Amino acid sequence: MTTNHDIKMVNPSVEFPCAEGEFVLTAMQRSGLNVIDVGCRGGGCGACRIQVVDGTYSRRRMSRAHVSEMEELEGVALACRISPTSPLLIAIAPPAVQELFSE
Amino acid sequence: MAISGVMRPGFSQLRVLDMDEAVSFYTEVMGLKLVATDSEGRAYFKTLDERDHSSLILREADRAGIDLCAFKVRDEETLTNLEKDLNDYGVPTERIPAGELLGTGERVRFTAPTGHVFELFATREVVGNELGLLNPEAIVANRPGISPIRLDHWQLHGRDIDGVRDLFVNVLGFSVVEKLLMEDGTDLGVWMSCSTKAHDVAFVRDDRDGSLHHASYLLDTWEHVLRAADLLTVHRVAIDIGPLRHGITRGTTIYAFDPSGNRFETFCGGYDWYPDMEPTIWTADQTGRAIFYHTRELNERFLTVVT
Repeated sequence: MTTNHDIKMVNPSVEFPCAEGEFVLTAMQRSGLNVIDVGCRGGGCGACRIQVVDGTYSRRRMSRAHVSEMEELEGVALACRISPTSPLLIAIAPPAVQELFSE
Repeated sequence: MAISGVMRPGFSQLRVLDMDEAVSFYTEVMGLKLVATDSEGRAYFKTLDERDHSSLILREADRAGIDLCAFKVRDEETLTNLEKDLNDYGVPTERIPAGELLGTGERVRFTAPTGHVFELFATREVVGNELGLLNPEAIVANRPGISPIRLDHWQLHGRDIDGVRDLFVNVLGFSVVEKLLMEDGTDLGVWMSCSTKAHDVAFVRDDRDGSLHHASYLLDTWEHVLRAADLLTVHRVAIDIGPLRHGITRGTTIYAFDPSGNRFETFCGGYDWYPDMEPTIWTADQTGRAIFYHTRELNERFLTVVT
């Protein structure tokens, strides 16, 4: 039996269910919404960058070009790489300054 | 015409977020052969038809994208001459010793105006294709996965398109085969060849220097492109767009993302290019048809996502 969690987005104001073990981005697509950009779906391109304002989640590896260590601690994540372990409150988080290729 | 100078794309080194996932993908879905892994953990792959040691090298890293694009040149003398030509043009180079990569001779490395790291090399261990050179069969029976013929080209994004185009034409002996213009008439994208292929590399203007739009692999026919699309869905791979035809180069293709988000293409078609030909021009108002020949519409993900 999979547990479903409610994913609530602040702006625009939408809600959709996401199963534990399902990626938030996949769940959004499954609900027929397009509030988060769908990019590479592999954690590499940064298109689906969000801020998790509240809630807990598991995460797969994400490109550090798009989520720095500091940002990860602050709840910035790529929606294609995270799965909820509680209800989530999220917001879109486009990068402020895109320093993709810092070396 | 004898091909001298730069002959063809030799190999790419890609960054992947998870090596195990990447190896599974490139062997089982793409059908590449895992040739070796080295002491630094880099994994080397080739297609069944390629003769040189490897055309894809993976390095596990904390971000996706492309480390290196390497071209094979005709011989060591050509390599030395091109190195001098680069230096005379004002491009600093460094020599990477033979053996730093498995099965690979000395490489001349430089950074293009777009921030991409390129290498030139002459010597590679020739492991041979699956058919051999003595009284071969005509086909490799039971090819696994998508099983492309070869690494064909890259599409790379960056700011200084004029600079990289001029470098490749003036120093490396490439021709511009096709170009897509912006509203103001400057180049948005250039498709360039060092051979009789419709392109060996393409550059597209983008604020993100050093970025990879896609690495491209050649297939034989439109049926193979459809089969690639079918296999991608069987394996639940993240498809970008396709199957479709491009106006630019007339290639028929499908694009998808590897497990780390690096986009790749498996395509067939194009046409033969000779250096006495004039380039094809696409104007800004025809951008939709130039990129997506049938739908004639722009697609945001295809145009904006890079690693």
